[in-house]
Amino acid sequence: MDNASWLTIAPELVLMVMACLITLVDLGVRSRTRTLTYVLSLITLVVVAAINLSLAQSPEVLTGWGGLVVSDTMGHLLRAFAALAVLVTLVYGRPYAADRDMLRGGEMFILSLFALLGMSFMISGQNFIMIYLGLELLTLSSYALVALRRDHAVATEAAMKYFVLGAMASGFLLYGMSMLYGATGSLDVHEVFSAIASGQIRHQVLVFGLVFVVSGLAFKLGAAPFHMWIPDVYQGAPTAVTLMIGGAPKLAAFAIVIRLLVEGMLPLAFDWQQMLALLAIASLLVGNLAAIAQTNLKRMLAYSTIAQMGFVLLGFVGGVVNGQALLAANAYSSAMFYIVSYVLTTLATFGIILLLSRQGFESEEIADLAGLNQRSPLYAGVMAICLFSLAGIPPMVGFYAKLSVLQSLVVTGQTVYLGLAIFAVLMSLVGAFYYLRVVKVMYFDAPVTATTVSAPADVRVVLSLNGLLVLVLGIVPGGLMAVCTEAIVRLLGL
Amino acid sequence: MGLLSLAIWTPIAFGVVLLALGRDEQAPMVRWLALIGAIVSLLVTVPLYDGFQLGTAAMQFVEKAPWIERFNVHYHLGLDGISFWFVPLTAFMTVIVVLAGWEVIQQKVNQYMAAFLILSGLMIGVFSALDGVLFYVFFEATLIPMYLIIGIWGGPNKIYAAFKFFLYTLLGSLLMLIALIYLYLASGGSFDIATWQQLPLPMGPQTLLFFAFFAAFAVKVPMWPVHTWLPDVHVEAPTGGSAVLAAIMLKLGAYGFLRFSMPIAPDAAREYATLMIVLSLVAVIYVGLVAMVQQDMKKLVAYSSVAHMGFVTLGFFIFNPLGVSGGLVQMIAHGFVSGAMFLSIGVLYDRVHSREIASYGGVVNTMPKFAAFALLFAMANCGLPGTAGFVGEWMVILGAVKANFWVGVLAASALIFGAAYTLWMFKRVYLGPVANDDVRELTDINAREFLMLALLAVAVLYMGLYPEPFTQIMEDSVAGLLKHVALSKIPS
Repeated sequence: MDNASWLTIAPELVLMVMACLITLVDLGVRSRTRTLTYVLSLITLVVVAAINLSLAQSPEVLTGWGGLVVSDTMGHLLRAFAALAVLVTLVYGRPYAADRDMLRGGEMFILSLFALLGMSFMISGQNFIMIYLGLELLTLSSYALVALRRDHAVATEAAMKYFVLGAMASGFLLYGMSMLYGATGSLDVHEVFSAIASGQIRHQVLVFGLVFVVSGLAFKLGAAPFHMWIPDVYQGAPTAVTLMIGGAPKLAAFAIVIRLLVEGMLPLAFDWQQMLALLAIASLLVGNLAAIAQTNLKRMLAYSTIAQMGFVLLGFVGGVVNGQALLAANAYSSAMFYIVSYVLTTLATFGIILLLSRQGFESEEIADLAGLNQRSPLYAGVMAICLFSLAGIPPMVGFYAKLSVLQSLVVTGQTVYLGLAIFAVLMSLVGAFYYLRVVKVMYFDAPVTATTVSAPADVRVVLSLNGLLVLVLGIVPGGLMAVCTEAIVRLLGL
Repeated sequence: MGLLSLAIWTPIAFGVVLLALGRDEQAPMVRWLALIGAIVSLLVTVPLYDGFQLGTAAMQFVEKAPWIERFNVHYHLGLDGISFWFVPLTAFMTVIVVLAGWEVIQQKVNQYMAAFLILSGLMIGVFSALDGVLFYVFFEATLIPMYLIIGIWGGPNKIYAAFKFFLYTLLGSLLMLIALIYLYLASGGSFDIATWQQLPLPMGPQTLLFFAFFAAFAVKVPMWPVHTWLPDVHVEAPTGGSAVLAAIMLKLGAYGFLRFSMPIAPDAAREYATLMIVLSLVAVIYVGLVAMVQQDMKKLVAYSSVAHMGFVTLGFFIFNPLGVSGGLVQMIAHGFVSGAMFLSIGVLYDRVHSREIASYGGVVNTMPKFAAFALLFAMANCGLPGTAGFVGEWMVILGAVKANFWVGVLAASALIFGAAYTLWMFKRVYLGPVANDDVRELTDINAREFLMLALLAVAVLYMGLYPEPFTQIMEDSVAGLLKHVALSKIPS
């Protein structure tokens, strides 16, 4: 094998070797909090993120292993962000897991590392099978993570639901891929692209496959009407695992949308843009309206995720107008900026929920946050920043995410897309209501418990930085935006 | 760092330091630090006055640096005669509200003071932003501290008020956001407000833009019929919150008309001027009548604010120098007067804990010093010559008579309503025999309250007796604006 091939999977090699090593080391760990396993996992994640970030500098696009995987800026960036997101998840989740007897073995850390390995291959895969294998590695690890509290009925039920629906989604995706394979004769993303672009293949067959692929992707992203698993799994899974499912994997899901729909099927953009637009409308409606009625915070955030994914999908809608892909970089980079800022914000919101949960007490209801400002102004402030960001109020990063997506719609100059933008804006007004309600509970209501909020040093530092980053990226969003644009421009070869 | 940046970031920096200072045990230190912060923030606006060049309509103290390169967004600040006075006014009112909250606020003192300081910086940012996105960011960001101020330190029905305030104004501004994005595209990728003002636009887009901006600014002003949030919010907000809301926040909307609606869509503005004048007159007359029957002092002043802001929008849309300058003068004067009115109510409320007019009577007997101030502010609220309230209303009425005699007559008749509801309230609250034990036990204002009211009284009298410095600074920019608005932007 040539050097380029090794380079394309260098971060994954490190990750895999370390994950196996940590599994072995963990056998000897006796500590209740698994400090050694934890520290080794963090070091691994930092190293993986650093390798990815340094590889992301190169403008070159390298393919390796006969076109199975690719090394490009977007891929390395997303892999680095995913590694950091997993790292943050583990930092927030460890005290929670330790309190709930989930650290009897080191599975939480090891499964998370393998989940990250799966995500990395989803992100870098250039071949249907590769992407599918990455996805399966991620989801199998996640099923096990959800079921980690095997004596806990709700968590087990969530795991079952997640497994059955997740398997169905994988089935959809696989079925769609097989249709495309049948039509184009190739599993390679770029060959599929060329085959479609040649115009030799019957449109009906392609669209038939496409429908299944899009459905599978919608399942994984959690877009309505394929969203049913999200609220139940978010609510039922142990919160640390909810964050593991709701954080980093969104980056990978974004990446496979790019790989499959943009890199593989851009000539079919006219068809999939319509599908995504409908999914987006449904997600914005269902997510925002259902979130209003929730009293459980995790469930509310689950519906809010559905609505946020609607916005991400809108970012894919404005790429190709009248068969011209002139606006593609603008549109897809807005979606990428959206998903990155969304994951950043979600990490902190769940971090707060994890922090407020104590031994024998799940801080799950919105009412559990009552008077948080009086118990801990710092954490109330972090949570408020995140909620305002999710609501899209400046000067938080979420505002610029919404602004970029709306801009990508309006810039097309199409009346329909302008209508979509106005609809999205009105829906975010609805969204503002339920986010504000949580702020209200934290700031305006009297606390029900006087317990002070205490956190280990690592959680305190990371959580404060995380909240600060949501604000700072809102004050100076230019850098991250430029990075996302650069990544997408290089990807599209413009 | 430029002077304007200094004016924006000084209060915000002090606010952040206060937030970090945490606990209520250090409340005395927090209060003094907040006062120092507010005074320093006011002092840094003084060089602006010294350095302001008369005789030009151009932007001054301009600062420009790239901010978000992807969208060609700049950190672009500047002041002209239209926006100038609101910068010191905002900083001044912040000093006043810090003084006003000195004793009343006992819980989360640092957050209270920080919210006002940060709010002050953000509002100065709105007045000095010359970039569409920068303007929008400041404009929206002001909602967050105000929402918290109302919700944490407000009255019994504070939660309803906080939500109404936030969602009502958010709806308006979101439509403006779409308008901003549209202008970005129409101008070929620029968020520069000055570029937008020069951009030729057909009538159709102009109309849509005008109404999108109208949605944002009319709610904020507030114009009739979208004023209903204001009385609810004023009643529940803490005294300081009401004062800043009435004195500064409402002006953000009126200012938006001059900076966006009129220069960007001048043809639509002329086309729909009649509509705007009618809405303004309804506010002046009908809302004035509504104010008359209020039982709650804060509600009365809130409705009176809507009526006074009606004069402002009336002045703007008659398109002559007297009207526009009059509207601007009225905005500043109303800042002082309405702020003073709410603070006076606050002084009574802190002692008796009632805002009902019926709970009072004969306050002059127990609080003579305070009643003297209250009388001055009441007179200013009716527009008595020699007080700040007179100048703006008089200019608007003169301008209106020039434009259309009957509009002038209607506007002038509204002065009578203003006098009626203000003086009637004054009579019922302050004059007559002592009404009950609460009033009998009242103690007159202390040195802090005296200082706070005296500062406002000086401002009200100074502006009423010698409005020259105020009008002088506006003159050239107003003339420039009107010249610009008179030209059609429809491409031939």
